[in-house]
Amino acid sequence: MTELQAYLLIAALLFCVGLAGALTRRNAILVLVGIELMLNAANLNFIAFWRFNPNAAAIDGVMFVIFSIAIAAAEAAVGLALIIAIYRHYKTSNVDEVKELKG
Amino acid sequence: MSLIVQHLWLIPALPLLAAGLLAIQRKEERIHAAPIAIGAMAIAFLLSLIALAETLGQPGYREAFNFNWLSLGDTHLQLGWVLDPLTAAMLVMVTFVGGLIFIFSIGYMAHDENYLRFFCFLSLFAAAMLGLIIANNLLLLFMCWELVGLASYLLIGFWFHKPSAAAAAKKAFMTTRIGDIGFLLGMVWLYADTGTLLFYDGGNGCLEQSALTRLVTGTVGAGMLLSTAISLLIFCGAVGKSGQFPLHVWLPDAMEGPTPVSALIHAATMVAAGVFLMARIHPLLEIQPLGGEGVSTALQVITWIGAITALFAALIAVGQYDIKRILAYSTVSQLGFMFIGLGTGGVAVAMFHLLTHAFFKALLFLGSGSIIHGCHEEQDIRKMGGVAKFMPVTFACYTIGMLALAGFPLVFSGFWSKDEILHSAWAFGPSKWPFLMGVAGAFLTAFYMTRQMFYVFSGEYRGAHHTKHESPAEAQAHDPHESPPVMTRPLIILAGFAIVLGFFGTPLYPWLQSWLEGRAAHFGFHEFTHAIPMMLLSAVIVFGGVIAGWWYYGLISHQRADEPDPLERKNAEVFGWAKARFFIDELYELSVIKWAGDFARFAEWLDQRVLGGVVYFTGLITTGFAWAARMADEYLVNLGFDLGCRGLKQGGGKLGGWQSGQVQSYLRVFGVALVVVVLVLAWGGGR
Repeated sequence: MTELQAYLLIAALLFCVGLAGALTRRNAILVLVGIELMLNAANLNFIAFWRFNPNAAAIDGVMFVIFSIAIAAAEAAVGLALIIAIYRHYKTSNVDEVKELKG
Repeated sequence: MSLIVQHLWLIPALPLLAAGLLAIQRKEERIHAAPIAIGAMAIAFLLSLIALAETLGQPGYREAFNFNWLSLGDTHLQLGWVLDPLTAAMLVMVTFVGGLIFIFSIGYMAHDENYLRFFCFLSLFAAAMLGLIIANNLLLLFMCWELVGLASYLLIGFWFHKPSAAAAAKKAFMTTRIGDIGFLLGMVWLYADTGTLLFYDGGNGCLEQSALTRLVTGTVGAGMLLSTAISLLIFCGAVGKSGQFPLHVWLPDAMEGPTPVSALIHAATMVAAGVFLMARIHPLLEIQPLGGEGVSTALQVITWIGAITALFAALIAVGQYDIKRILAYSTVSQLGFMFIGLGTGGVAVAMFHLLTHAFFKALLFLGSGSIIHGCHEEQDIRKMGGVAKFMPVTFACYTIGMLALAGFPLVFSGFWSKDEILHSAWAFGPSKWPFLMGVAGAFLTAFYMTRQMFYVFSGEYRGAHHTKHESPAEAQAHDPHESPPVMTRPLIILAGFAIVLGFFGTPLYPWLQSWLEGRAAHFGFHEFTHAIPMMLLSAVIVFGGVIAGWWYYGLISHQRADEPDPLERKNAEVFGWAKARFFIDELYELSVIKWAGDFARFAEWLDQRVLGGVVYFTGLITTGFAWAARMADEYLVNLGFDLGCRGLKQGGGKLGGWQSGQVQSYLRVFGVALVVVVLVLAWGGGR
């Protein structure tokens, strides 16, 4: 097993933990946490592939991930704000009870 | 051209301005009404006096002021005004008598709530009448003529809430309109043949030599001269306006208006407009072809119509009981006299009677207004009686007016003017009948006026309010009372003129006639001695009438209001005819009005059945089309559309079911899809 494969395996595990959390948790904040985990798994893959690529350019992999993290931060802020707004409106953050957007 | 001629338009413009000012006032501001209207009349009167002074300078004075009114290509329609003795005499008469009647109205209309409107209409009337007098153009004259008719309509119907007043106003308007159609046709014809409607235009006017020569040489079929045809058509207008037979029916009904209106419009001024018009176009009436002798056809027709009316209306007046109606028929009759004078003697004779008549008839009407006012709005002479002791001033003035109208010798103006007419009628070549009819009319005039005097002023008061069980104070309130000074003073002034005016036109010194005909006046002892037999004759006629009246009405005094008339006891049938006004109204009712009614009903039938049927049928077809279009719309277009919509809705409902709103179920789908994608890539990715 190469070093790269180990990284990929960890990233896959991380992804699965995130997915399971997002699918099973009823609290909206924990769903958001699960999604963040999946996003970080993807970032880990990025870094791993860049690090073990023989003809990698200077720092393009790192740059990608920094951008990705910045966007994830913004997304987390928006997501939390939405959850607060939903909580204020419905007096709950249970995603099962929030289904008003249903057509 | 003198200043007054250039500014002659101010005379009608001032009352018009007053009418306009009053029209925009509110009903509550009645305090302004009389000062504005009377002030305008007073200034117009002063201007008229200046105009009169201007014409006194030289005999035959005549100045016209013309201006372009409308230019159509090379044709210029000119309007203008003219100042000559005829205009000046009428101006002074209308503004003076009119002003006095305005003053009288202050008292008479004091309690009327539409006081302001009354003065507004009176001013409008005065403006139109003065415009008619100064007009130097037949068109301008016609416009004012119609305005006068409008003002008359408004004033007859002043108390329009009374159905009889509204009907009388309508009748007056429509009857005079019949005559006006003739007038309009004559005017158009005159314009077609002479190319001008100006009376005097430095030799080119339609009353001047060149135009008249052209008119008198032309003929229309059956040997009738062009000038005769046009004259007779214009005369139709005068017949309507001056209430001549057979269009006299409106004038007695016009007495529904307030009494000052009757005095101003239907006695003194407006009805005289017909005579004035004839006097104005007299050169056209009297023109004869070269070598023609005697009297022109137009003047003969005018004389005959006048003679018939003079006698006929006097006969009717004998049988009337309404104080104002008697005076109205008397007016019709006197206008007939004026037309006799015009036809036989010319402008001066007719105008002399017109002027004297204006004063004494205004006096009589205002006097009757004062009596009506004093007797609590009673107009039936049977319910009056003994009024002389309650209203001495009115009685004195009324007596003077009555004597002037009857033509009492020497002192009163009516004697001189009527004598003049009879004198010229005697000299009328074609026939002596107009003279005899005039004599009979004069006799009846004296008779019916005496009858009225005895009914109204002598004996005991027979008013309906009189009962025996009254306290003296109540009796006082119910008795007639004298009118306030604002009403009696105009009567006194008019009474003065009813006497004085005659002396301007005696055969001894016929100043008025000479002035009107443009000659220098001179003493005429020869004419005077010549006129003595006629004067004796007319004196005998008047005394005969008065004595006959006294015999029937003075000797046996009337006791009760429902007693029959002494003449009715003598010969009920003849009196009944006079009382029923010779059934002229009924004749019109059965002929013209019935035909018009039948035609209207036929037109209505045509309209409803034939034209209405066509319209209804067209409507039916359209409705059918509309129904078919609706069906197509509902069952073809809408049904298809509805089906499509229903399908869409059902599909939407099913798809909508998938969207549960559960975020995690979406995420689950997302996860499954990811697994599927990974598996596909893993298996297929190798290749």
